Amino acid sequence: MAVSIEELQAKAKLLRKHIIRMTTAAASGHPTSSLSTVEMITALFFGGFMTYRPQEPHWPGRDRFILSKGHAVPALYAAMAEAGYFTVEATMSLRKLGSIFEGHPNMARMPGIEASTGSLGQGLSIGLGQALGCRLDKIDNHIFVMTGDGELGEGQVWEAAASAGKYKVSNLTVIVDQNGYQQTGATKDVLDLRPVADKFEAFGWHVQTVNGNCQATAVAALTIAKSIKDRPSCIVSQTQKGFGILPILEAEGDMNYHGKPLSPALAEKALALLG
Amino acid sequence: MYYGEISGLKLGPATRDAFGDALKELGAKHPELVVVDADVGNSTRTEPFMKAYPERSFNVGIAESNMVSVAGGLASCGKIAVCSTFATFLLSNAYDQLRMSVAFPKLNVKFVGSHAGISIGEDGPSQMGIEDIALACALPGVKVIVPSDAVSMAAATAAILAEHGPMYLRTGRGKTATLYPNGCDFKIGKSIQLRDGSDVTIIANGIMVAAAMDAATELAKNGVSARVIDMHTVKPIDEEAIAKAARETGRIVIVEEHLMFGGLGSVVATAVGRTVPVPLAYVNIGDCFAESGDPQGLLDKYGLTPAAIVNAVKSVMG
Ligand SMILES: Cc1ncc(C[n+]2csc(CCOP(=O)(O)OP(=O)(O)O)c2C)c(N)n1
Ligand SMILES: [Mg+2]
Repeated sequence: MAVSIEELQAKAKLLRKHIIRMTTAAASGHPTSSLSTVEMITALFFGGFMTYRPQEPHWPGRDRFILSKGHAVPALYAAMAEAGYFTVEATMSLRKLGSIFEGHPNMARMPGIEASTGSLGQGLSIGLGQALGCRLDKIDNHIFVMTGDGELGEGQVWEAAASAGKYKVSNLTVIVDQNGYQQTGATKDVLDLRPVADKFEAFGWHVQTVNGNCQATAVAALTIAKSIKDRPSCIVSQTQKGFGILPILEAEGDMNYHGKPLSPALAEKALALLG
Repeated sequence: MYYGEISGLKLGPATRDAFGDALKELGAKHPELVVVDADVGNSTRTEPFMKAYPERSFNVGIAESNMVSVAGGLASCGKIAVCSTFATFLLSNAYDQLRMSVAFPKLNVKFVGSHAGISIGEDGPSQMGIEDIALACALPGVKVIVPSDAVSMAAATAAILAEHGPMYLRTGRGKTATLYPNGCDFKIGKSIQLRDGSDVTIIANGIMVAAAMDAATELAKNGVSARVIDMHTVKPIDEEAIAKAARETGRIVIVEEHLMFGGLGSVVATAVGRTVPVPLAYVNIGDCFAESGDPQGLLDKYGLTPAAIVNAVKSVMG
């Protein structure tokens, strides 16, 4: 791998700062849902796991990333900005009227977005379709899909899991961002779907359970996932919602902090904390 | 600025808040009332009921189709089953379940969709319920109700629980002007005339009723006398009031925060065609997905304003 873990960590820190700035400027959005995903998204975009051309977003040979938990899109916009799809400054128009930086991913308006999401539960099926389509076209690429852990409540996720197992799509990897919370509380209280690993295994998937907020671990897990050649691959990415600004959430007394931007004052604190 | 302000109306709570408060109140009156939600009770406002009556409340997680069929099952045990999520996830994600587990067996399920329309704002098109009325109206035997303010929403919530059968109730996210400061005599299927007029009738529901009042206020300044009707029930439609309006004012403008096809405009047009055909004009979202933005900015951009209603009135008056 050309890029070092230290460089990726620096990138991850940048992404976190963009997420905070974007959502505070928008005065709405889901910063904590975005922050938990950062190490995995950083590894995907900058760790050599995906080949893509920001100047030619529809290049057929590209690897694809689908953010099924679409409300975490500030993390994706931040990564795409750092990758050169657009400027970081442009992303600060998040959620403003007329901006292509909508509150949820919209592939009809933004080249480089691989699926329009925001209604939870559909991304893995779309990813399966793309994996089958690319396999049919003999394109040697990989489709990565990220879901939430609350999102696993949607039956469609398991329909996709079953059919991906049937078709042994080895060019498909799902990353479950298991941050322990969903909208109305902890997933263990709302709808506890653990053990997640056993369920994907039962459908014929290769499964790893890892610490998804550790940069080196994220890289190692993705390396293994890509090397599996006989079945789809699942990474249960154990993370913390709001990772990077946890002391602030603690002080606010809300470790979920779902769908709430930080106030300008809290954002200042968060940026200082990130360093 | 808010709709209703120039007509002298006071800003009141959001209709989702009025629904949530009424639901909790009604929990005491109806021991057989149960509530099912899908991880959004703090958005739909079923939360106060769920906190007051935890044993009668079920949060099934992010699983709308499961939620709807569970409500059907509860209703077939004699419960009044309320199930609720965002309007678009309810109607679009769980449609076959509404069809087979609720409408076809004629079960006593009240399905309540929040976050109606484009005025939810920044979250954008994926969360906007813009086709829910068309879908709900297409379900045989289902009544479809879109209250316009907090007072009528509270009354509507009581009314749907008092009557047996499948019904859809639409609630909104933002604050709305109070149209009924002195209470509302709410009857399912019976529209309410808020303002009399002789030149044109504006038929509206939801947040667009207050906008229609503002349009009528503006029109009066130019000598145009506009009748305003709060058509809170889309199905069954109040054909009598529509025929009367057509006969007495000769033209009708239909206003709603919904797509062009299959909503209030389509339903009223059918009634007009069947009774007293007159020229019609429409104010709605058209045939498009909107985008992210601030609520008022979106209403302006997509033409859901008093000014757009005034223009529609001018067009239909020739
Ligand atoms: C089909 C659908 N139902 C409900 C919602 C509303 N909603 C948005 S985010 C969310 C919670 C998501 O939880 P999780 O998947 O764990 O993601 P996290 O925010 O924890 O990253 C919900 C219920 C939605 N967007 N789509
Ligand atoms: Mg989660």
